[in-house]
Amino acid sequence: MDESYCNCCYCSCIFWLITVKTVGFKSFCFKKSLWVFHFGGASCNNCDIEILDCLTPRYDLERFGILLVGSVRHADVLLVNGSINRRDKERLLEIYNQAAKPVLVVAIGACGCTGGIFAEGNTFAGPVDKIIPVDAYIPGCPPKPEAIIAGIMALVKSK
Amino acid sequence: MNKKFFIPIGPYHPLQEEPELFKLYCEGEIVKDIKWETGYNHRGIEKLAESKTYDQVFFLVERICGICSTSHPFAFANAVEEICRIEITDRTRYIRSIIGELERIHSHLLWLGLAGHFLGYNTVFMWAWKYREPILDLFEMITGNRNSYAMFKVGGVRRDIEESKIPVILKAMSDIKKKLTLLTGAVMDDPVIHARTKGVGVLTKQDVIDYGAVGPTARASGLAIDIRKDDPYAAYPLVNWKVITSNTGDVFAKTEVRLMEMFESVSIIEQCLEKIKKEKEGDISIKVKEMPEGMGTGRAEAPRGEVFHCVFSDGSNSPVRHKIRAPSYVNIATFKKSCIGQSISDATITLAAVDPCYCCTERLAAAYDAGTGLKIHNARELIEMSVSKTTLLRKQQG
Repeated sequence: MDESYCNCCYCSCIFWLITVKTVGFKSFCFKKSLWVFHFGGASCNNCDIEILDCLTPRYDLERFGILLVGSVRHADVLLVNGSINRRDKERLLEIYNQAAKPVLVVAIGACGCTGGIFAEGNTFAGPVDKIIPVDAYIPGCPPKPEAIIAGIMALVKSK
Repeated sequence: MNKKFFIPIGPYHPLQEEPELFKLYCEGEIVKDIKWETGYNHRGIEKLAESKTYDQVFFLVERICGICSTSHPFAFANAVEEICRIEITDRTRYIRSIIGELERIHSHLLWLGLAGHFLGYNTVFMWAWKYREPILDLFEMITGNRNSYAMFKVGGVRRDIEESKIPVILKAMSDIKKKLTLLTGAVMDDPVIHARTKGVGVLTKQDVIDYGAVGPTARASGLAIDIRKDDPYAAYPLVNWKVITSNTGDVFAKTEVRLMEMFESVSIIEQCLEKIKKEKEGDISIKVKEMPEGMGTGRAEAPRGEVFHCVFSDGSNSPVRHKIRAPSYVNIATFKKSCIGQSISDATITLAAVDPCYCCTERLAAAYDAGTGLKIHNARELIEMSVSKTTLLRKQQG
């Protein structure tokens, strides 16, 4: 990504240059509400449900402005869970290439981080970080919603 | 003019939790044919199970599906205990049934929420998932984890339900009963839900028998099929409960069956907790001395229907062959009957109504031709490939 041009319209307006110079490019991109796209690989569903659980009344991630969106083109964060099998691999790459950069990639759960119990399977095509670059790992089988929220907030603060 | 076209849903669609691909062939607004493609979720679990010992397989089978993470170990335990010919203690039976029924409540609430979400009723989604949280808290108290409980082992369970925990569970049950009554009233009396679900995705009793559907999908069409009654296991023959059925076979009937089943589950848990007090505390497992040769089959009623596990043992400490059949595998085939002739807007709720679980269903491997990338081998060709590989290996080894 060329930082001397605006992320939206590829102009080189003075506002864009000042913003990028003062707060930095990445922190500018992740300063406001994060939109999240969820990619479920070959998982057992537990992580998917815990991610959805984060959006329901007890945890309510939307109070931080975090929203689950339907297309990766709208997303700032790509959540990947589950072991990636040979059929998912190319699709995950395709989805990552479609995402507007910079995008934060978070690997959720033991399967997303290492392959977990399915790492020895005959269809396993490598953990997420062998396929696309990963910014944060949230381990656990499945990670509790508190862990997912803490992980994403820590990642945002570090940028 | 009615033009023919097809709509793909998936594989990574915001509507679905899991990756799978539905192709709806439409004419105008009416669905004329449906095809589905899976394989995005295949992990080779049956093969992995052969490389693990019996105690390790429990951790593997509960990760087949996160929502039914008791049903699969339940069926596997039944299968292995049939090989070993051991009788589990009564306290174990009650604890297993309590965990199984708690899981049924949480799974049905989860389904109810998702069904509300598909209908555009996000209020139902939020309320149902809010009421699900106390159940997950109970799981955390009893087993130590919100999902994937690691509770089962051959001949028993890993953790006891102590005397001090019983009042807490009973309190939670009386609370959830009030909430379920409220939710049932809200869902059953809503005129819009009636309009959207009545007469939609109808399966007749004959359809259900023809397609071999199981679980709430079959029970909503008037077929009283329930493994807990038909092939009793654990504590289900020791307590009083009844199989819930409905006759209309549409989406509304499936909702009704699931809502009423949750009340039955609460009643089963309460009876089990009454009876567990009479059993000796800590009497939760039987030592397994040896693993005989043979075949064992185990069945359990998951929230979605019958789970079937078949285990072959050669006397060593890991299974030689482990066959799994999950309920969604047969229930998904009923889409051919229920979806065709519906409008596209009704297709989503019809697809969701059988509570499909694709991570359970992924039991088959499809092979692609590496050269063209198109052809999918059928079973006969796969066997031929396997035979030729054996011949090759034999030649190499002389």
